[in-house]
Amino acid sequence: MLYALKIASRYLTASKAQTALLVVGVAVGVFLFIFMSALIGGLAEFIMSRTAGDMSHVTIEAQAEDPGQIATFPGLVLLAHDASSDAAELREALNLMPLIEVMPEVLAVSPQITGAGLLRRGTRVAQVSVVGLEPGRESAILNLAGYMVEGDAQLRSGVILLGRALALELGLELGQSVVLQSQDGIDATLTVTGLYQIGQGGPDRRMAYVSLSTARTLFAMPQGVSRIEIKLHDLYAADAVAPRIEALTGLPAESWTVNGAQLLEALNAQAQTGYFLKTFAMITIVIGVASALLLSTYRRRPEIGIMRAMGASRLFVVGVFVTQGALIGVMGGLLGAGVGYLALLPFPPRDAFRSGTLPMDITQGAYGLAITLTVIGAILASILPARSAARVDPVTAIGQ
Amino acid sequence: MSLLTVTNLVKTFGSGDTETRVLRGLDLTLEKGQMAALLGPSGSGKSTLLTILGTLMHPTSGGHDMLGVDLTTASDAALTTFRNLHIGFVFQFHNLLPDFTALENVVFPAAIREGRETAAARSRGADLLTRMGLAERIDFPSANLSGGQKQRVAVARALMNAPELVLADEPTGNLDRASALQVMELIGQINREEGTTFLISTHDEKIAATCARQIVVGDGVVSG
Ligand SMILES: Nc1ncnc2c1ncn2[C@@H]1O[C@H](COP(=O)(O)OP(=O)(O)OP(=O)(O)O)[C@@H](O)[C@H]1O
Ligand SMILES: [Mg+2]
Repeated sequence: MLYALKIASRYLTASKAQTALLVVGVAVGVFLFIFMSALIGGLAEFIMSRTAGDMSHVTIEAQAEDPGQIATFPGLVLLAHDASSDAAELREALNLMPLIEVMPEVLAVSPQITGAGLLRRGTRVAQVSVVGLEPGRESAILNLAGYMVEGDAQLRSGVILLGRALALELGLELGQSVVLQSQDGIDATLTVTGLYQIGQGGPDRRMAYVSLSTARTLFAMPQGVSRIEIKLHDLYAADAVAPRIEALTGLPAESWTVNGAQLLEALNAQAQTGYFLKTFAMITIVIGVASALLLSTYRRRPEIGIMRAMGASRLFVVGVFVTQGALIGVMGGLLGAGVGYLALLPFPPRDAFRSGTLPMDITQGAYGLAITLTVIGAILASILPARSAARVDPVTAIGQ
Repeated sequence: MSLLTVTNLVKTFGSGDTETRVLRGLDLTLEKGQMAALLGPSGSGKSTLLTILGTLMHPTSGGHDMLGVDLTTASDAALTTFRNLHIGFVFQFHNLLPDFTALENVVFPAAIREGRETAAARSRGADLLTRMGLAERIDFPSANLSGGQKQRVAVARALMNAPELVLADEPTGNLDRASALQVMELIGQINREEGTTFLISTHDEKIAATCARQIVVGDGVVSG
């Protein structure tokens, strides 16, 4: 078949303009494919990093009703004070944590104590959700450190991290102190050592992060925790891992997909759109190659007849045309992938996406896949023309 | 010794009203090393006979033996290989692959046989082209050759695999008298030196006269 390769490449170089046009056509399809892969991949990454990436993939939560919120007045909240509700805690959780941590799917584990509280600064009051995090694990789930705009994310006893928006509302600055009163009526005076800006209204205005030990005091929870958040290497494994964690620990573990169905759907829809467009890029390539080669087999009928008369087998003729398809696929694939890569270079890297630009991810261009699919597509596209070439009857072809 | 025999060869095209009976029980034997001209009026079936002898078309009925092989029952793949090894062709038109050089065209049958262009084949091809008076044109693109040069390249190619039989359908039909006689002279030389059997169809009595045997087709049979 080495000889078929020679004939095939000669046919392609013999009509250079036509071949160049065909290769460029294929390259455009490949470029589209890569561009779509980078865009869809980048978008998914972007959405993930903004939402799903910052959330717990599997959560173990103490089974108890939320401290019922009776009524909210501007700046003041009345909370149901019920002794049974603040007892909702996972007493054995800390002992079970090492079991979870050694699971190969698990990336990070964060034990937390959560509750409601009121921040008071002079006459200004704000209602907040308080999260007590273990020092050293501040950024295990939500990348707090990455969102800090002032100070740092290191928690220790007696400090509090707030959203910059909330701090502004309360007229608080870095280094100043604020009183936090928990739902259990316990007060603590804490120093603001970090201000973050996550960019969504909620966490910036309604969250307050303290150390686990501070939270213990505030919520009168000397031993257990109220929640364990678990981050996995692959967030799509959550549905499979959650029941295993439950079995392992005997604690109720819930996958993010239970409450994150909408996000999952959006991501899936996006991926579907991507597949759809990529499939069309491939179909375009296949049709283009097939029609060009079909024309070529028609034009070369007399030559095919001569080759057959000289003892070239049908398989050889098929080889000549399939090889042409493969060569066009390789050249178009490489060209499209090369141009695609160059076109994606100016876009910012994935961890520096800025709002207002397309979140293209150059690493998700799927170059190898694009080239492989193109070569396979071009080969498939050449089968029909190759078969018609192999069926050329030498007698009528030479008689033309 | 006979090289090939056809017996009671019948070839019918079409059916019903449009049925054309071209060969009607034709018998023919070609001896090894024979140089034969195939004559007959236009439409008498010369090309049809050559095509059948070249295994490019099946007869409607009749026997076809060459080198002791019954070619009427052979498979398409077997016939393809048989052609490659034992039969050379020279056609009137569309003889060469236009995107290849003279040498590449000549080497083609050997490359098909070997799966690649070998150095030995290239050197034999160059020798054949030199014998055809084309030493200067060995690496010339075949599309740029003159009509007579193209036919000589085609003769060289027909000889490449040293076949026992060369079938030529009006090989000089396109050429002026001088070029035609030059091609016939070269064919005659190969025939004498290598003992290759030639069957050459022609309308030209002068060309036919250069051949040792004249076979005339008429009314679907050999008439003289
Ligand atoms: N494929 C075909 N279908 C129908 N009829 C055919 C076909 N091929 C040849 N014929 C008919 O068979 C007859 C013989 O044709 P052929 O080409 O063999 O004649 P020829 O002796 O070579 O003529 P010429 O000297 O003009 O080349 C003609 O009448 C032709 O019309
Ligand atoms: Mg004829």
